[in-house]
Amino acid sequence: MKSDIILGGVGGQGILSIAAAIGLAALKNNLHLKQSEVHGMSQRGGDVQSHLRISSKPIASDLIPKGKADLIISVEPMEGLRYLPFLSKDGWLVTNITPFNNIADYPSIEDLLKQIKAFPNHIAIDADAIAKAAGSSRSSNIVMLGAASPFIDIPYERLEDGIRQLFGKKGDELVNTNLKALKAGREFTEKNR
Amino acid sequence: MEKLLLLGDEAIAQGAIDGGMSGIYAYPGTPSTEIMEFVHGSKIAEDLNIHRLWSANEKTAMESALGMSYAGKRSMVCFKHVGLNVAADAFVNASITGVNGGVIVVSADDPSMHSSQNEQDSRFYAKFTMIPILEPSNQQEAYDMAYYGFELSEKLNVPVMLRITTRLAHSRAGVQRKEMKKQNQLKLPSDPRQFVLLPAIARKNYKKLIGMQPAMEVESEKSPFNQYIDGADKKLGIIAAGLAFNYLMENYVDGKNPHPILKLSQYPLPEKQVAKLYNQCDAILILEDGAPLIEEMLRGFLNLGKPIHGRLDGTVPRDGELDPNVVAKALGMEVHEGQVVPEVVKNRPPSLCQGCGHRDVFEELNEVLLDYGTGRVFSDIGCYTLAALPPFNSINSCVDMGASITMAIGAADAGLVPAVSVIGDSTFTHSGMTGLLDAVNKNSPITVIISDNSTTGMTGGQTSAAHGRIYEICKGLGVDPEHLITMIPLKKHHEENVKILRRELEYKGLSVLIPQRECIQTFARRKKSEKNESNE
Ligand SMILES: Cc1ncc(C[n+]2csc(CCOP(=O)(O)OP(=O)(O)O)c2C)c(N)n1
Repeated sequence: MKSDIILGGVGGQGILSIAAAIGLAALKNNLHLKQSEVHGMSQRGGDVQSHLRISSKPIASDLIPKGKADLIISVEPMEGLRYLPFLSKDGWLVTNITPFNNIADYPSIEDLLKQIKAFPNHIAIDADAIAKAAGSSRSSNIVMLGAASPFIDIPYERLEDGIRQLFGKKGDELVNTNLKALKAGREFTEKNR
Repeated sequence: MEKLLLLGDEAIAQGAIDGGMSGIYAYPGTPSTEIMEFVHGSKIAEDLNIHRLWSANEKTAMESALGMSYAGKRSMVCFKHVGLNVAADAFVNASITGVNGGVIVVSADDPSMHSSQNEQDSRFYAKFTMIPILEPSNQQEAYDMAYYGFELSEKLNVPVMLRITTRLAHSRAGVQRKEMKKQNQLKLPSDPRQFVLLPAIARKNYKKLIGMQPAMEVESEKSPFNQYIDGADKKLGIIAAGLAFNYLMENYVDGKNPHPILKLSQYPLPEKQVAKLYNQCDAILILEDGAPLIEEMLRGFLNLGKPIHGRLDGTVPRDGELDPNVVAKALGMEVHEGQVVPEVVKNRPPSLCQGCGHRDVFEELNEVLLDYGTGRVFSDIGCYTLAALPPFNSINSCVDMGASITMAIGAADAGLVPAVSVIGDSTFTHSGMTGLLDAVNKNSPITVIISDNSTTGMTGGQTSAAHGRIYEICKGLGVDPEHLITMIPLKKHHEENVKILRRELEYKGLSVLIPQRECIQTFARRKKSEKNESNE
């Protein structure tokens, strides 16, 4: 198996927590993994991306070649579109629809949704609202992971283990809210794909 | 031994810890910062009391590492590529002194300038100082090279350069640890004058260094990091240096390469292996994640041999980092791009945080400069450099760390009065203090603003070398106390600060203003950890 995933967002939105949860799950499944991250200058309110590659075979490049990604997970509606050149023909775009507007010429949400919906394989989810309903507005990234989980070739239970490991130190309550967030995201996709 | 999931930077740190390192010296800089930070977080480093404090700049770091080597112990120095310029005097001379304990110099290059002013290739430095280079192709090699590097350095009696580029520094993969080695004992150099570079001794040492070159080449020939991988189609032979090897193999399905490949990760170039490839193949393609160093060597000035393809003949773009697609194109393969980026997607440049004190400083400065016109603000490198972008558009230069004060001096000497410099606290202690001494000695008509957020913000908030002591340092350097003023950059002090700025810009001598307010990021982190502690 192989999953090549691009994570997109804005510096400070914490996309690396999604990568970490998938990474921990992949390790538990004895898969190979490479994950390239962006640090430094672009972190401050700029666009950030991470390339996450999981495979049952050894992985050569740390970067995903153009047109080869199976999945884009974006925690922001404009940022997912930025990485379309990486997406393969039958790849999926899974994106949050809550904008992070910190620039003067940020497009209208209608224009963004039009572009997202023009794309056949898409999931557009209001992760912030779903996270809030699940009990923690700060779990929207994990909602996004849940929404993307049907497209990642790792058993769902392993992703749950990843969440447990990631948040375990911070107490059971946080683990449970995030497990709930994960499930809510997954259910949304199952209903809307 | 356990397998860990590590960034390239972290793999280097773990490798050095396991390889018997006694001290690590560094000044932060993307993409090298996480090496030191990993050592800070390491329980083993704490238990072994490995020296691990940040240095004031890269030169002091390099010299301290050399001092530790003099005393017989193993040390590592880390910085970003431009840091090597700052450390260069010590670095170059360290190849002439040689080492006692092993020294690894990690220089992290940034092709494509993700967070840098240039994309200089550190390998050129190592080449002219005639020391070996290790250039890992993956995280495991990064670990292994840091682990073996000390021994190599001790064996060859020179510092060894470990050169990485951004993508390896900041990419994570599984790394297998090795058994921990013991640290060296304190032991003076057997020749008490080894480190005394008086001309007579330096000449002798230099001949020794030249004499070591064949031994270095033998190490490269037998290095496990260099590999000749045969291929059936000899129309082309490929040299893939460091990370380029991964991008190359990404393009060969199931790792089957049609052409012979020389995977190159240890320098000086292994002459026999390079000659074998050259002799067997009709043409050579050279893939380097940086400048065309190997390519220039093979091609020669007159380019009279077999066709050599790479950055110099346009097969690979002349600048910028490699990636799997750039390499595919160089191989003549088709690249299947996905969809185009729709027009609604706008650029999202980095910006100063909301609540950052630098913002207030630039609002005040912009207001005062309306009277003088634009084009007179010399800035430095740090978060405040982002004021070059809208909405501030405040600054007119950013060249190298420390250059704000000294460039303002020169511009004022030329008649641009008043000239303003803006510098951060960490940059000031890195290399601004000596420039300020120049300004004091000449009483230059410049206004220096040291925007003090009590941290090294741009690289993630590392300790600033003279936290809380900037005012005293300026006073000690001889700044007239009447024109040495601290301010609080907050909205409610705006009018007052504007008044001070206006007055000091009018003054025809040196003024130093120190707006002081903690970085909003470190502030938030501090509050959070205080809250967590009180909850426990
Ligand atoms: C020679 C050199 N070393 C390191 C860096 C990386 N670097 C860029 S800005 C910066 C820190 C700036 O800190 P400070 O001046 O306090 O400003 P702040 O970012 O906190 O506003 C560093 C370490 C560099 N660009 N050049």
